[in-house]
Amino acid sequence: MKEFKVIEVKRSILEDNDADAAALREELKSQGTFLLNLMSSPGAGKTTMLKRLIAMLGEEMKIGVMEADIDSDVDAQAITAAGARAIQLHTGGMCHLDASMTRQGLSEFGTDGLDLVVLENVGNLVCPAEFDTGACKNAMILSVPEGDDKPLKYPLMFSVCDVVLINKMDVLPYFDFDMEKCKEYIHRRNPQAKVIPISAKEGDGFAEWVQWLREEVAAWAG
Amino acid sequence: MHELGVVFHVIKIVEEVARENQLAEVESVTLEIGEVSGVIESYLQSCWKWAVQKQSAALKGAELKVEVIPAVTYCEGCRKVYQTTEHGKICPYCGSGHTYLQQGNEFQVKEISAC
Repeated sequence: MKEFKVIEVKRSILEDNDADAAALREELKSQGTFLLNLMSSPGAGKTTMLKRLIAMLGEEMKIGVMEADIDSDVDAQAITAAGARAIQLHTGGMCHLDASMTRQGLSEFGTDGLDLVVLENVGNLVCPAEFDTGACKNAMILSVPEGDDKPLKYPLMFSVCDVVLINKMDVLPYFDFDMEKCKEYIHRRNPQAKVIPISAKEGDGFAEWVQWLREEVAAWAG
Repeated sequence: MHELGVVFHVIKIVEEVARENQLAEVESVTLEIGEVSGVIESYLQSCWKWAVQKQSAALKGAELKVEVIPAVTYCEGCRKVYQTTEHGKICPYCGSGHTYLQQGNEFQVKEISAC
């Protein structure tokens, strides 16, 4: 008969990941690379937004994009065509990225000389919010057709974001989307969140969004 | 929602503990999971059964046990606590929205039974 003994562990999965993420942020700080974690539902316009962002910022800083998807490399191809370096990360069915997967991606990618790396997280409003990726700032895109009530339905996502981009403003007239209500719902969960209405297709709001990012990247590089 | 990812984290922790304590066989792993942590136990069990098969011999037969920690919210308005799953974000005593989750979002490895 085997004698089993009980070993007390008491280790939190999220705390382990948080520690890993904090270490990764320190490494990025020492390299002077700013990592932005970009989250949204599928189809909110992450890749379209990035293409315009690269066109506007590509002259003044070196940008890299890590595209995390369950499968395919259509996004990485689109980003490369827009003129930035891109790598496709396949999560193999996982619904989010954690700090150790982000670290693996970054080391494969090679961040030397990059000022800004955007991590395009898996399209999902639930799981990516739970795991700190090690990014310097978190941004999310909520698109008008998704509805103004999403901050109520996915509170954690909105509470971890430094900036919320409300995309597809060009189709606002066709939807019952109440911008003031949406802002109130976001600020109820996260009073500090910066909310910027944009149109990735037409370019509205990009001056403010690009300026926010420019200042954050400069502050991070010191 | 992300059971596969957390199972990999759990396995990493258990393998570390097994190495440190020179364990030959892990009989069971007990997790403490908050009621509102978003993890579904049945999914967790199926991911566990699949993932441990790919691990070292010490882990292959390990059983996963789950203890649920009830979700409790604290109200800053009236300083009372209440059951989160029943009342949500708004305090049932004073109607305040200035509340925060006191417990119920945990996800930790509590203990390992092994030899």
